[in-house]
Amino acid sequence: MESFNLLLQGLATALQPMILLYALVGVTLGTAVGVLPGIGPALTVALLLPVTYGLDPAGSIIMFAGIYYGGMYGGSTTSILLNTPGESASIVTAIEGNRMARAGRAGPALATAAIGSFVAGLIATLLLAFLAPQVVKLALTLGPREYFALMVLAFVTVSATFGDSALRGLTSLFIGLALACVGIDGLSGAARLTFDVPQLMDGIETTTLAVALFALGEALAVAAMITPPDALHRVTGSVKMTASDWQRSWKAWLRGTFIGFPIGSMPAGGADVASFLSYAVEKKLAKHPEEFGHGAIEGVAGPEAANNAAAAGTLVPLLTLGLPTTATAAIMLAGFQQFGLQPGPLLFVMNAELVWGLIAALLVANVMLVVLNLPLIGLWIRLLTIPRPWLYAGIMVFATLGCIGLNPSPVELGMLILFGIMGYGLRLYGYPVAPVVVGLILGPMAEQQLRRALAIAQGDWTTLVSTPVAAILLLISALFLLVPIVLRFAGRGQVLSAVAGDSD
Amino acid sequence: MSQGDFPARRPQGAAFAIAAGLAAVAGVLLWDAAGLKQDGGYAGVGPADVPRLVAYGLLLLSGFTVIAGLRGELPQPPRQAPAPVLWILGGLGLQLVLLHPVGFVPASALLFAMTARGFGQKPLWRNIAVGLVLALAVYAVFDRLLKLNLPGGPLEQLIFQG
Repeated sequence: MESFNLLLQGLATALQPMILLYALVGVTLGTAVGVLPGIGPALTVALLLPVTYGLDPAGSIIMFAGIYYGGMYGGSTTSILLNTPGESASIVTAIEGNRMARAGRAGPALATAAIGSFVAGLIATLLLAFLAPQVVKLALTLGPREYFALMVLAFVTVSATFGDSALRGLTSLFIGLALACVGIDGLSGAARLTFDVPQLMDGIETTTLAVALFALGEALAVAAMITPPDALHRVTGSVKMTASDWQRSWKAWLRGTFIGFPIGSMPAGGADVASFLSYAVEKKLAKHPEEFGHGAIEGVAGPEAANNAAAAGTLVPLLTLGLPTTATAAIMLAGFQQFGLQPGPLLFVMNAELVWGLIAALLVANVMLVVLNLPLIGLWIRLLTIPRPWLYAGIMVFATLGCIGLNPSPVELGMLILFGIMGYGLRLYGYPVAPVVVGLILGPMAEQQLRRALAIAQGDWTTLVSTPVAAILLLISALFLLVPIVLRFAGRGQVLSAVAGDSD
Repeated sequence: MSQGDFPARRPQGAAFAIAAGLAAVAGVLLWDAAGLKQDGGYAGVGPADVPRLVAYGLLLLSGFTVIAGLRGELPQPPRQAPAPVLWILGGLGLQLVLLHPVGFVPASALLFAMTARGFGQKPLWRNIAVGLVLALAVYAVFDRLLKLNLPGGPLEQLIFQG
């Protein structure tokens, strides 16, 4: 009941006109970037960080969350109509959704994706509201060594568990960790890796790195590609779902929700993993498995519900533990820090109004999104007709704008360009990008917890495994690291690489 | 990613370059750590230790990359078109150089034009015109309205009076 009252109070915050405006801007932007191939929610939030510096903290964070939710909605549109996922969690949707579009059933595919996202978003946000206070209570009992173990687990799942190579995932992660060492050490004040360049004292800006890797790297990779992309499918026929579509969809929505939420809320990979699992489950349970691969509506309904539920689930560790498990969550964490807020158990005590306002705003945003995505779908499809040269040229201007707005120095822009080239190189050789960003943000936090734990134990390293919780978390991390390597060695790696997410 | 998933069974130069790069980063970390004043306090772990750990990790990964390269396990990238990449990097470089002398709007208009050119949009003068309009709009919204501090030059002063 306590959660319920707090949620009602949050709703009062969320229904203020200014907050509604922020939420509306967020979901609109989020849908747009979800629809546009090449830019995802992680990049958009990163671009907006410097812009929101002077704005209202609560409103800005609600806007970021709106972008995250909106991106999950919008991505499906591109998957279905273009066969190019708008963001990584919609890869699976492209399989069945695009088949449906080719068979002239783009309308029902878009509808089941949007309604499924709504149902999942609603249920998952309510689950977030009721689960978060419990996790907070649990989190208050955790000490530095447990936090360190949790972060190790997040490192492993983000980099090594999924994707097609643990070597490349871990390499990306360690590049991020190395970059995280740059700047003043938070505990001793020593300047590390600054080479007497004053701009490096503050460390490497998350915004600069994320924008460079996601925007510049992506633009360079797309520009250098020689094959032209797939043609756009027109929406023909009715957008309405038939009775049988409804009947086949609703169970898939619910299953997708209950697969997506737990996966999102554990540090076990993000929305892409959830949508893939949901697809596999739907295929297994389907009455007409032969339809899979030829446009089965369950194959759109389930994964789309799952990726939205996972996005809500990601907010559980982010808000209650301060632990980001996806690139977008990592950048949202940077957003919190920009306003001097530290997500974690204390946030629920110190900034209760903000947290509950955020959760309530997500419910409101969800309603806005279904309105934006169903009746106005035609508008979003028009976005896909923007010629690619203009689209990417615009992305480049906004990418550099974010960096210049943050710090108009040639050093910052130079770093942006260097990291952009690095991002291109990473893409070229199949190195995932998200672990670099997660490493940069989580690295210093993990170091701090590690050194704190060791200070408490007076330098005794066995302290790291001396409580059951910490030991079990580290054990799970080791399993997540080793089992996939063994699986790949045994030639069973296709499943893991199929879940490879690439940006969000 | 679907491109380049057929591993070529021969030693790959790229893998060795990547491994060398990782080892170089590890070297820089170790060199920097050696110059830090090590004051571990109660933890016995000072500011130099975590960079060292990261460096050891990088060295290990560098070694594994060499092995992967020898066995030809790195994905072979598809053929790349170098011209578009050079156009975009040229645009970025020009923006970097011109940002402070001539201001945000012209520098960004050039970046816009050269990126569009890299993606095959011709002619360049029309791209520059479109870029100027966009950059002016961006400057108006973000510098004037949202108070982001963007470097202004003569053009910005002429239009927005400072």
